[in-house]
Amino acid sequence: MAAKTHSPIHGLLAEFDKPEALVEAARQARAAGYTKVEAFSPMPIHALDGVLGLKNRLPFFVLAGGITGMLTGAALQYWTSVIEYPTDIGGRPWLSWPAFVVPMFETTILFAALTAVFGMLIMNGLPQPYHPLFHVKRFAEATRSRFFFLIEAEDPKFDLPSVREFLARQKPTSIEEVPN
Amino acid sequence: MESLPDPTRPMKDHPQPDARDALVGPGHTIASITDKISEIVLSPLAKTPLGWHAMMGIASVGVIMLVASITNLVITGVGVWGNNVPVGWAFDIINFVWWIGIGHAGTLISAVLLLLRQEWRTSINRFAEAMTIFAVACAGMYPLLHTGRPWLAYWLLPYPNTMGMWPQFRSPLVWDVFAVSTYATVSLLFWYTGMIPDLATLRDQAKNKIAKLAYGMLSMGWRGAASHWNRFETASVLLAGLSTPLVLSVHSVVSFDFATGIVPGWHTTVFPPYFVAGAIFAGFAMVLTLALPIRSFYGLKDFITEKHLDNMAKVLLATGLIVTYGYAMEAFAAWYSGSVYEAYLLQNRLSGPYWMFYWALILTNCLVPQIFWYAPARRNVWILFGVSMSVNIGMWLERFVIIVQSLHRDFLPSSWGMYSPTIWDWGMYLGTIGFFLFNFFLFVRFLPMIAIFEMRLLVPKSGVTGKDAPHHGTAHGAPAPALHDHVGRS
Repeated sequence: MAAKTHSPIHGLLAEFDKPEALVEAARQARAAGYTKVEAFSPMPIHALDGVLGLKNRLPFFVLAGGITGMLTGAALQYWTSVIEYPTDIGGRPWLSWPAFVVPMFETTILFAALTAVFGMLIMNGLPQPYHPLFHVKRFAEATRSRFFFLIEAEDPKFDLPSVREFLARQKPTSIEEVPN
Repeated sequence: MESLPDPTRPMKDHPQPDARDALVGPGHTIASITDKISEIVLSPLAKTPLGWHAMMGIASVGVIMLVASITNLVITGVGVWGNNVPVGWAFDIINFVWWIGIGHAGTLISAVLLLLRQEWRTSINRFAEAMTIFAVACAGMYPLLHTGRPWLAYWLLPYPNTMGMWPQFRSPLVWDVFAVSTYATVSLLFWYTGMIPDLATLRDQAKNKIAKLAYGMLSMGWRGAASHWNRFETASVLLAGLSTPLVLSVHSVVSFDFATGIVPGWHTTVFPPYFVAGAIFAGFAMVLTLALPIRSFYGLKDFITEKHLDNMAKVLLATGLIVTYGYAMEAFAAWYSGSVYEAYLLQNRLSGPYWMFYWALILTNCLVPQIFWYAPARRNVWILFGVSMSVNIGMWLERFVIIVQSLHRDFLPSSWGMYSPTIWDWGMYLGTIGFFLFNFFLFVRFLPMIAIFEMRLLVPKSGVTGKDAPHHGTAHGAPAPALHDHVGRS
């Protein structure tokens, strides 16, 4: 079944009071073939990374950012000190590279750190002031003490009664429809 | 297998033999931790502790002094300060180095201790990071104002300009511009990024509409999704990995400002490590100076426990010994070099006109912290506060000794001179302390000063501790899943 374009609901949200229950629900959902799922918790739960198959390519981008920073620092200093504005400082060669290592190091760190932060935000789709989940009142507890599991309406296998039945089997403390 | 204690694991996986060593007070749940920390920020102003108002009042006086001092400096010129040839660097550089050193503990706690998996950092890392930001802001003011024309400070940066000029990259002063501006940027990013999940908590807990909107904007729509946490933690550990060499580089570069010069007392190879150790020493002293009153004002003894104080005292003791070694090496190198100028510098330090500063430095930095060999002293808040104040003063004296005592009598006796600060030097120095405290107490009031989501990971009965298997997909499918790694933000 193709994903609905105008689904009246965003998905079905189950609430748990224990992180173990959330991890187990995620495991069962993946076993049952649901793919468009997401878990929410007040703190990082690393077991979910494996269960939901989460990987990210942020380290690769940060490495690329760092190398770009290093090359930028090198190019800036080479161009200014050798080509554009050569200055005789105590008879040193124009390309006195040992002195250039420090600014190169700093630009490496700067570019890598900027990539880490903005890369994380962009890949996470943040800032995102609006999200359907914010309609659910109970969801405020996701940043306090409760654990939530969402099966999205866009999931190819999504069918409201069966998803509801599936989530009920996971013994959640509540199940709510997330309006779109 | 699970009953075997793993010595590389932090203490929370072991039974607690001594409640005094706990990192979180008894009886806390993840909900109670959330409520306790967010309540500090979300409670109405009337409920703010009296100590906060008192500190804010004192800090505001300092801010006014700072504004007055800077105004006079800018209108009249740098001549209002006491530094003049031969002592061309004085309070401005002393205070620059002092402040930037203080900032280093914040990065150390948030980055280095994260990589070393020291869980006790959790409750103090957020405000230590805030301390870094404000200390670097205070530090940055000094060299900019010392240029005399701070409105042209952008000339320090490499940019194409109509003068056709570029910075001189062989100068450690240009390295300083790169190191300090990178440090300020990365520290700010690290601090803010780490706060996003907690800002979302405040957004969801706030009752006040304006607060809800403000924290909503700041938290950028964080929902605690597993895929978000995954990238968030990757970003955090990468930032920690990047900040660690950065923090070591910053104070090394600051020490190059001196060590690459030929002035007696500056031209030594021990400077970079000895400056870095001094920075950590100074910074931990300032963390204690701030943590002890805040812990008492806000009743945070469950979160900043005696174990934290004990560990910080040990760091002070260890870095104090490294600094003492630095002083000993300076003296040894002065003698061993056979250089008449270096030998005279040593003699001038011990018995010259500024002898009192040198001996006060030895007292405050080397002798006083030795009390921490005695275990009960590491858990006594009054002794801790006293020693931390002693180190704050001592590290300031250290920079005075290095800068003023070296400059005032260098190679040519005909160009010797004396230095004394003016009222504007003092006004600006006390002013930056006020500015620092002002920002810090605003932070305590409006932002989560303890990393809430990391504290949740420390709760023994939250059900998320316990079985702690490697989290990167165990091939043999361990039945009990690792719910989280033992490092909060990793």
